[in-house]
Amino acid sequence: MRRERAPIWIAILAAIGAAFFVVPLIGLVVKTPWGDALQSLTSTDTMEALKLSLIASLSATAVSLVLGVPLAWIYARIDFPGRTVLRALTTLPMVLPPVVGGIALFLAFGRRGLVGSLLDTTFGITLPFTTAGVVFAETFVAMPFLVLTVEAGLRSMDRRYEAAARTLGARRWTVFTRVTLPLIAPSLVAGAVLCWARALGEFGATITFAGNFPGVTQTMPLAVYLLLESNHPEGSFILSLLLLLVSLAVLVGLRHRWLGSA
Amino acid sequence: MEVRTALGALRLDMKVQIEEGEVVALLGPNGAGKTTLLRTIAGLVPIQSGHVELDGEILEEPATGRYVPTEQRSIGFVFQDYLLFPHLSVLDNVAFGLRARGAGRAEAGRRAMEWIDRVGLENRAGSKPAELSGGERQRVALARALAPDPRVLLLDEPLAALDATTRVAVRRDLKMHLASFSGVRLLVTHDPLEAATVADRLIVMEEGKHVQTGTPVEVTEHPRSRYVADLVGVNLYRGQADHGSVLMPGGQVLAAAGAEAGEVFAVIHPRAVSVHRAKPEGSPRNVWHGRAHGVELYGDRARVMIEGEAPIVAEVTPAALAELKLADGGDVWLSFKATDVSVYPA
Repeated sequence: MRRERAPIWIAILAAIGAAFFVVPLIGLVVKTPWGDALQSLTSTDTMEALKLSLIASLSATAVSLVLGVPLAWIYARIDFPGRTVLRALTTLPMVLPPVVGGIALFLAFGRRGLVGSLLDTTFGITLPFTTAGVVFAETFVAMPFLVLTVEAGLRSMDRRYEAAARTLGARRWTVFTRVTLPLIAPSLVAGAVLCWARALGEFGATITFAGNFPGVTQTMPLAVYLLLESNHPEGSFILSLLLLLVSLAVLVGLRHRWLGSA
Repeated sequence: MEVRTALGALRLDMKVQIEEGEVVALLGPNGAGKTTLLRTIAGLVPIQSGHVELDGEILEEPATGRYVPTEQRSIGFVFQDYLLFPHLSVLDNVAFGLRARGAGRAEAGRRAMEWIDRVGLENRAGSKPAELSGGERQRVALARALAPDPRVLLLDEPLAALDATTRVAVRRDLKMHLASFSGVRLLVTHDPLEAATVADRLIVMEEGKHVQTGTPVEVTEHPRSRYVADLVGVNLYRGQADHGSVLMPGGQVLAAAGAEAGEVFAVIHPRAVSVHRAKPEGSPRNVWHGRAHGVELYGDRARVMIEGEAPIVAEVTPAALAELKLADGGDVWLSFKATDVSVYPA
C-alpha cells in the first residue's frame, strides 16, 4: 500500500505545532547546569519536596478514585434533578484558575471557614498549612479529570453485560465490582493517570490553601518556583527536569498497556 | 404468564403458559417483541399490567406492586451474542452464577468444571472468550446459564450469531443439552427450522401479539398468518366457506373440496399449482388468470410469483420455466384442483 502524504500546509503547521512542545524541552535539557546537578538533586530540601510531592499526589489520586468513581457512576447512571448543574460544579476546577480554587477552599475549610471552623472547634482539625491540606488542594483540582474519564467509560460500556450478570444472580454491588469495574478498567487507569499527573503539577491551589513550608507543604512545583526566584535559579532547572522525567516515565510505562498506542 | 407492556412503538400483549419439562419456541418476525417478552420474564424490562408467575410464585404483578428483582429469579438466560464476560476465563464465566449465589471458590470451580466437561470444553477452561470460536462461545453461554441450576432457561436467538456451517452442528448439540435440562425452556427464534428441530411446541407472535400455538407439525400444516405461510412456503387465503367453495374478500371464489361453512383458512401448496400460457381446459376446478412478476429458485424447482385478483405462488421445474419463458413475466393462466386446497376453520 502507498503511504499517504500530508498536504504541504498541513505538514508545515503540524511541524510548528510539534516544535512548540519539543523546543522548550530541549531548552531545559541543554541549559541545565549538569555540573551542579548531583548536588542539587541530593540536597535534603529537594528530596523532601520530591517525597512530599509523590505522597501527596498519590494520596490525592487514591482519594479521587474512592470518591470520584462513585460520583462518575451516579452521573452516568442516575437521572436526578440538578444533575447537569452538579456536574458542571464538580467539573469547574478543570477550568477555574487554581488560585481561585485555593481561595475557595480556604473560605470553606480554613480555620475561620464555613466547615473549617466546625472542624477546628469540634475535632481540633485544621487543614490549611498541613500535608493533608496539600492532598485536599490537589484532589480538588485533579479529581474532575478522573470523574469525566470514568463517566465517559461508563457511558460507552455495553450495559448488557450487567444485565447478564444480574440474570446469573449477582447483586448490584457484585455487578459493580466484578463486571462494571473490570470492563471500564482502561478508562479507570487513564483517568487515574490524568488525575495523578494533574495533582503532581499542582501549584496555585496548593500554595494558596496549604502554603509553602519545606517538608510539610512545599511540593516540587513550589520548590522549583522558589528556587527560580532565589539567587540560584539554575537549581530549578534540574528539579524541572526531574519532574519531567517522572512524568515521562509514567506516560511511557502506561502507554503500551492502557493508553492505546498504535 | 400474562404480560402487557409498551416499549416505544412496540405494544406487547401476550399470554403464555409453559409446562414443566417443555421446550417452547417463540417464533416471529424481527420486531415482533420476542426478545422483549424474554426480558420481561427475566425482570429486565418492567411490565405494565398482567403478571409473571413461576411454579405458583408471582414474580411480578404491577397490580399488587410485586416485583422480584432479576437476580432473585431462578432463571438462566442465553443472550443472542452470548455476552460472555470478556475479562474472565471460561471457567470463571461458568462459575460466575454459582459464586454470585454464594458458593465458595472451590465448590463453584468444581461445579463449573463439570459443566465445562458436559459441553466438551474441558481443554478450554483457561481461555478467554475472545480466543473461542462462535460455537464454543455458544456452549460456554449455555453452561454459564445452566450451572446455577435455574428453573427456567431462556434462550434468545441462540444460533443467530453463528455462520451457516457451524449452525448445523451447534443446533444438534443444543437440542441434546436442552433435552438434559428438566426445567422450563423457552427459546426465541426467527428461524423456523431451528424452532422445529429444537422445540416441542411453537408459539408464533407478530407485533407483540399471539398468533398461533401448536406442535411444529400443526403449525406448518395449518398456518394461521401470512408470516407463517411464507415461512412454510405455502399460499394462504382467508375467506367465507360455502359448501365446496371459499369466497374471498376480493370477490374471488376458490373451489375447495373440504369447505363447508364459516370463516376459514385455505392453503394451497405451490407444487399443486400448474402454470399455462393459454387458458387451460380440463378437470381442475380452479382456473385463474394473472401476471408472472418474479421467479425465485427453490431447491431444484423454481417458484413463480403471480399477481392477479389474488396473488399466488406456483412451483415449476426449471424446464417448464424456460419453455414458458416465465422469467420474462407476462400473462399466465394457472389451475389447481379443488382437492388440493386444504381448508380449516379460522
